[in-house]
Amino acid sequence: MSDHKVPATQAPSAETFLKGLWKENPVFVMLLGMCPTLAVTNSVINGLAMGLATTFVLVMSSTIVSLARRFIPGEIRIASFILIIATFVTVVDYVIQAVSLDIYRALGAFISLIVVNCIILGRAEAFASKNPVRHSVLDATGMGLGFTIACFSLGAVRELLGNGTFAGIPVLGSAFEPWTIMALPGGAFFVLGGWLLLFSWLRERKAAPA
Amino acid sequence: MAHEATAHTGSAPAAPVPAAGTSSTKMIMTMGTLGLVCAVLIVAAFQLTQPAIERNKAAALERAVFDVIPGATSKVVFAEKDGRLVPESEAPGALRYFAGYDDNQRLVGVAVEASGQGFADLVKVIFGYAPDRGAIVGMKVLESHETPGLGTKIETDAAFRANFEALEVKLRASGNDIENPIVLVKPGKKTNPWEIEAITGATISSTAVTNILHNSTARTVPVIMNSLQTLEANGHE
Repeated sequence: MSDHKVPATQAPSAETFLKGLWKENPVFVMLLGMCPTLAVTNSVINGLAMGLATTFVLVMSSTIVSLARRFIPGEIRIASFILIIATFVTVVDYVIQAVSLDIYRALGAFISLIVVNCIILGRAEAFASKNPVRHSVLDATGMGLGFTIACFSLGAVRELLGNGTFAGIPVLGSAFEPWTIMALPGGAFFVLGGWLLLFSWLRERKAAPA
Repeated sequence: MAHEATAHTGSAPAAPVPAAGTSSTKMIMTMGTLGLVCAVLIVAAFQLTQPAIERNKAAALERAVFDVIPGATSKVVFAEKDGRLVPESEAPGALRYFAGYDDNQRLVGVAVEASGQGFADLVKVIFGYAPDRGAIVGMKVLESHETPGLGTKIETDAAFRANFEALEVKLRASGNDIENPIVLVKPGKKTNPWEIEAITGATISSTAVTNILHNSTARTVPVIMNSLQTLEANGHE
């Protein structure tokens, strides 16, 4: 995990934002936050909703952690971070209920479990607690979107193969026999493995001399 | 409380405070302030979203009521009080009965919520009972956490749902108990109108739905039948 401190005078760079999407993608590279990634990505909508909810919590808590970083004594920083994160998880829980009860039902307990998503605590500890607000917001947004992309990628493949649909719209026709395993937890591991393979292959190919 | 012991020495540099050197008072103050800010945020979010959440829940229940009482176009809410149905306002907090009426204000059915233990968690359903047909005429799962692809078939499986288009629940002529309580049978073995055909691979979830309906009808159908006059009269308002 990146632990570097950006000099306070330095302007936020595109790299701060982009590293979360690709080079340090929380799921495909750092293998963090596996629990929600595997558990709720059985459809496109669920994957996206989980990704965006996590992004919201990540950005908001990183902002507050970064703002309060000079006031929080080192001994109680973890407790403070968890308090801040739990607050925004509760907020997002209400917001999802207000937006759509169907999504709320589909995500179930995993909304509350965003509290223990190690990506969020990880970014608070490794980045937001050491860097100015604008850098922290960029970092959190990048990481959040990287997580969202990962959840979306898993959800898309699993819904397509497990249900023959994409975001609820039938695409594979009635002749297609759904692979039930894809909608089950086992399918999540297969699909994650497939994506990890693709990412490693792409990275290796990029690193290899032309 | 350790806080008392170190609070006075915190500002003195020579005092034997913990190595890190932050006084307990400061830690407690920081956590307290953070907690206060967080509490305000949560209350604000709750206040802002509550109307929308209530609206969503009411709308979902509304849709479900009309889903499980085919032919109903309007509804009146009743509640149970001493084994009889009274307007909801007279028994707040009691089990609610949603009476559905057609365009001619004729009573077509009564919807009731029920819940019970499923495979993973509580399963919450709503079913519609048509007193004139002596049968359940619709059932919808409101909330469940069953296994995707297997247990969730209680919501999606067309053959299973067909069980609830006309599921007989009749009272004995002489009393307040059900003549033929609802039972679960193996797939393809349904011979009587009070039997539910199980889903292959989701026996526990099928059993859960059966038990929920079995238990709920034993309590609610007598109440409905004893209050038919109240129910029918209210449609004519």
